[in-house]
Amino acid sequence: MGEVKLVGTWVSPYTYRIKWALKLKGIAFDYIEEDLCNKSALLLQYNPIHKKVPVFFHGGKPICESMVIIEYIEEIWPHNPLLPTDPYERAMLRFWIKYAEDKGPSMWMVGEGQHKAEQNSLEMLKIIEEKALGDKKFFGGDNISMLDIVLGLGHWLGGEKLLEAHKLHRLHVWLKNFKQVPVIKEDLPDLDAMLAYLRRQREMSPATH
Amino acid sequence: MEDEVVLLDFWPSSFAMRVKIALGEKGIKYKCKQEDLFNKSTLLLEMNPIHKKIPVLIHNGKPISESLIILQYIDQVWNHKSPLLPSDPYQRSQALFWADYIDKKIYSIGRRVWMGKEDQEEAKEELMQCLKTLERELGDKLYFGGQNIGVVDVALVPFTTWFYSYETCGNFSIEAGCPKLVAWAKRCKENYRSVSEALPHPLQIYEYVMELKKRLGLV
Repeated sequence: MGEVKLVGTWVSPYTYRIKWALKLKGIAFDYIEEDLCNKSALLLQYNPIHKKVPVFFHGGKPICESMVIIEYIEEIWPHNPLLPTDPYERAMLRFWIKYAEDKGPSMWMVGEGQHKAEQNSLEMLKIIEEKALGDKKFFGGDNISMLDIVLGLGHWLGGEKLLEAHKLHRLHVWLKNFKQVPVIKEDLPDLDAMLAYLRRQREMSPATH
Repeated sequence: MEDEVVLLDFWPSSFAMRVKIALGEKGIKYKCKQEDLFNKSTLLLEMNPIHKKIPVLIHNGKPISESLIILQYIDQVWNHKSPLLPSDPYQRSQALFWADYIDKKIYSIGRRVWMGKEDQEEAKEELMQCLKTLERELGDKLYFGGQNIGVVDVALVPFTTWFYSYETCGNFSIEAGCPKLVAWAKRCKENYRSVSEALPHPLQIYEYVMELKKRLGLV
């Protein structure tokens, strides 16, 4: 069907989303590490609009933007689904992913000593815990979904004590279970490096919608 | 059992216009409820408690928010006619990429243009850059979707009814920089009733913008 390539960087949570998705589906791929301080001609050629990683290739054809890539992967390799097939459930999952992405930067504020921001973040975490997780083991139910991956790559990887301290018990249990999933367990990212990367990104880019 | 479809709408919203176009294209009967965003209804607060924003599509009592998510939902459920997305997975990924690009850029940059604060000049340049990028992507095609309108057309065309407001508040001409894009917008309105019916007249939008600016203390 065509070879699969991923151009990414080890500190980017967006790259990790794709890596984990491919591994969960058992898809073999070539991984190319990109040096973001010295962007390759390959990257600039295949993502001229955003000039960012990850860039995904299937049979030589490039796709950019992690969620667009995920939807593509899900369509080509539907086994071990990461998105629900029911249209309404799928819409809800996409909604929560967008929510997590839009609020993401504020969510990292928890524990950074800025009281108001911390309060906002805790509110969001409570909403996610109550409305998106509920009493399920994972956001996807018995198996992990794309939402688990997106949230798992939030700063909570390693943030268990924080969740416990703030009585977000269900999220705390969710995180423990998430980190036990074999594909995840054997490839945990360096959280501190990832956080530093995200902060740098936030500083560099102008205010978004 | 007949489907019950309700749209929580706000007439100047480009995001709501997208949904109206999609519903029109698919021939779906629906009830349209106008929201007053300065006095949000209990229905809106109940159906979109997280963001409290429009548009919200309520299908048989179940709410869906976020316009691009609504478009994908509509396309999946009512797949009998006028597909919004290509059937080929790769083409579909490209369409979603551009819809996402429009979402990331046009609304927030356009807002900075019409608000007319210190960053207006910068915003005007950014807007023209984005529109030129989109114009390049359109190329020689009739529509972004090819022979027929698709999700990218539906995502972008509502903003064209705001062009007059951007131009007047910013004192510049979008047509001068992007003639092909302006021609494409005309084509969409002329050939698609769902588009001409969903888009208010640019002067109505301008009137709304001026009212908003007064409320915000910008005039």
